[in-house]
Amino acid sequence: MNLEYYSSAALVTSVVIYLLAMTAHAAEWAAARRTPATAEPAELAAEAVETRKFAAVAAGSPKSGSATTASGPVDREDTNQTRLADLKIELWGRVGVALTVIGFGCSVVGVVLRGLAAGRPPWGNMYEFTITAMVLVVAAYLVLVWRTGARWLGLPVTLLAAVGNGLSVTVFYVAIAPLVPALHSVWFVIHIVAAAVSGAAFTIGGLMSALFLARQRAERRGSVTGYLKRLPTARKLDLYAYRFLAFAFPLWTFTVAAGAIWAEYAWGRYWGWDPKETWALVTWVVYACYLHARSTAGWRGTRAAVVALIGLASFWFNFVGINLLVSGLHSYAGI
Amino acid sequence: MTDVETKAEVSPEALPPDEGSDPRKRLAPALGFRGGLRWLWAQLTSMRTALVLLFALAVAAIPGSLIPQRDVSPIAVADFIADHPLLGPVYAAVGLFDVFSSAWFSAIYLLLFVSLVGCIVPRVLVYARALRTPPPRTPRNLSRLPAYATATLQTDETDDVVRQRTVTELRRQRYRVIERDGTVAAERGYLREAGNLVFHLSLLFLLVGVAVGGLFGFRGSSVVMVGQGFANNITQYDDLSTGAWFSDDQLPPFTIAVNRFRVAFETGPVQTGAARLFELETEVTDRPGDQPYAKTIEVNKPLTVDGATVHLIGHGYAPVVRVRDGNGDVAFSGPVVFLPQDGNFTSAGVIKAPDGRPERLAFEGIFAPTARVDDRGPRSLFPDLIDPALYVNVWSGPPKTETGEPENVYSLDTAGLTPLKDADGQPVRILLKPGTSYQLPGGKGSLEMTGATRWVKLQISDTPGIAVVLGSIGAAVLGLCLSLFVRPRRVWVRIREEAGGSRLVEVGGLDRADARAGLSEDVADLVQTVALGAGAAAPDRGEKENQ
Repeated sequence: MNLEYYSSAALVTSVVIYLLAMTAHAAEWAAARRTPATAEPAELAAEAVETRKFAAVAAGSPKSGSATTASGPVDREDTNQTRLADLKIELWGRVGVALTVIGFGCSVVGVVLRGLAAGRPPWGNMYEFTITAMVLVVAAYLVLVWRTGARWLGLPVTLLAAVGNGLSVTVFYVAIAPLVPALHSVWFVIHIVAAAVSGAAFTIGGLMSALFLARQRAERRGSVTGYLKRLPTARKLDLYAYRFLAFAFPLWTFTVAAGAIWAEYAWGRYWGWDPKETWALVTWVVYACYLHARSTAGWRGTRAAVVALIGLASFWFNFVGINLLVSGLHSYAGI
Repeated sequence: MTDVETKAEVSPEALPPDEGSDPRKRLAPALGFRGGLRWLWAQLTSMRTALVLLFALAVAAIPGSLIPQRDVSPIAVADFIADHPLLGPVYAAVGLFDVFSSAWFSAIYLLLFVSLVGCIVPRVLVYARALRTPPPRTPRNLSRLPAYATATLQTDETDDVVRQRTVTELRRQRYRVIERDGTVAAERGYLREAGNLVFHLSLLFLLVGVAVGGLFGFRGSSVVMVGQGFANNITQYDDLSTGAWFSDDQLPPFTIAVNRFRVAFETGPVQTGAARLFELETEVTDRPGDQPYAKTIEVNKPLTVDGATVHLIGHGYAPVVRVRDGNGDVAFSGPVVFLPQDGNFTSAGVIKAPDGRPERLAFEGIFAPTARVDDRGPRSLFPDLIDPALYVNVWSGPPKTETGEPENVYSLDTAGLTPLKDADGQPVRILLKPGTSYQLPGGKGSLEMTGATRWVKLQISDTPGIAVVLGSIGAAVLGLCLSLFVRPRRVWVRIREEAGGSRLVEVGGLDRADARAGLSEDVADLVQTVALGAGAAAPDRGEKENQ
């Protein structure tokens, strides 16, 4: 039995299934696009009111306002069409989540088999790190769906998982090999697991911040239509993003610290301005900016979200860009 | 996630204090010199300045990762300057090759730390006062708080009994509780600000630790032939960088005999040639005259001796050769360090015999541990010592007067030397395997390769402040977790006579940090506990949300 082969096969399958899931969520978004602006469920209408109140949007925003004041007799045909559209959205959304669960199962199998085949934790190179990080991202998303019904994250998450695993199996792929001696350490597990978990949390927080920006913009213009209407309010999106980032930041601090301790063992210095270390610090500083920005007047909201996105960009640049473009002590990509 | 939490968090008190709303910081002063200084200080310690400085720090660090740095790879810097005659000097002038020790980078982080001190010290004082302050007075109208719940008491218990139960319950939930005017006021989550302060203060200690390491530490390396040894003496270092306040007598006087170096490389089809094992068997003598003891150095297991740490940071090959000059005398004998040029340890080096007479000799070329010569020239196919060979060109010339100038042992200065040519006028190319020798044409001498050995590069370092650094990082992470995850909260409980003689327990709650969840649930639970303990029914009005 060739575990390595089955691992790759499972991951390739997961890419295909994530792509299908992404298509389903895209169909969900498209179906929502056709939803008439007046077909706003009561709950969302309430949120719209809340939003106007908290985000200090002009109170006379025509479309979200109309939902709360619409009290006249509603056309029966319209109602039926609305319900049909809602059903369609619901159907595509459910298909998307179901496919995501299957894709997630495949990628978990892929990572586990990879570890079994290699006879060590599967985090020895860029390929293995990416597939693990994608498992963590999708796991966090599925937990969110299960606990809070956060299906609105479906499209960005499945897109990310498809791209991440897709790049892994095509570009980053390296065959199984034992670890180089520099990685023979307990810190190998500690440092890399912490990096993968915080990376997953940064990523989800970043996706939420991006959705926040989109939703915030629509709310400011007073026309929250189509898919954006199915997102939580901007205020909540901001809050959810903050929760993920506030979880990831101490963990990232720990990741860098654990890396420093390991570097002291392996290279005889705890900090040497290796490109990877430098960008880890840049990422850290940008997220520190985010946390400070959130409690500074004039920076809360939009600007803080932009900072969070810059932080995410620097995290992924540190991973992909530094691995492939710059040579340093962290050159474990093996490509 | 329900609506509850969101609504519970929107009270203005729940948001952190707004710096921008502080009029002192917005008004431009016309206050003379001292006022001006104070204004500057206020600007520097404002959150906005801190944000700008943090951004500046992030941006300033970027060139350090993309442009080669002198203290990381001096050779790459030299190459860069050679390749970019226009940009190179400009970069050098503005310190882009030494970003992390440049004036502008230092200015940013020092300003950041000044700003941090200016921000944190007053907050420590505020916090110290807050710790001694009892929970605040109960608001007149609890129903206006972000979370509010009530329950009707239906038993004959006295108010005191109910209040006592409330106090016990709140204490169990680790609130600081005070009874005041027949109401209960409680507060918890003092550790949040403590964590925040600890985090920022430990960054200061981190800086101190790093500075101590930079001022008193040293790091150097030395290439040691396997079978030979290293004595920790400044003359034995190939390179040594020391802190400004370091003195040479701080080097502990140990010696290390390098006895055996075990290496293994991947021979399988995947990642062929990747390193799999490095084990260096050494014998360490702490100080002259002490009993030596055996120690093994591995990549993640450095040797600690007398405060210094010894790391194995590199290795390579040294062909062992014997050079005879034109007179037939041995002009050089021993191993010569060749520097690896690629992953398979194709190594380049120079064998110099400056004492050769009548002419001095030099050999320049390639050593390959697993040799192969083809149209790409001599090279190594595998990093392990399987089929070693030495390929060199020969140079000869009249003896050089001794100038005492230091010379690079890894490169050949061909001034005064001419390449040796064979009968056809082609430069002489020598291929030697262990145990073979080559007679130079024209009776100029001979080169014999007796074998090949390995060398290791040892790094010896001491970073004195490391305990402070590690301690403060640990404290920083702990403080960070406290400051992000502790939920500061205030709760008030009042028992009120309703019209008709029934009594009503009111609970109001307020979260004092953004993004906290579950306030309304907890307030509802509390009113349940207080009322149910009295045998009452469920809360009559249930929980009420305030926006």
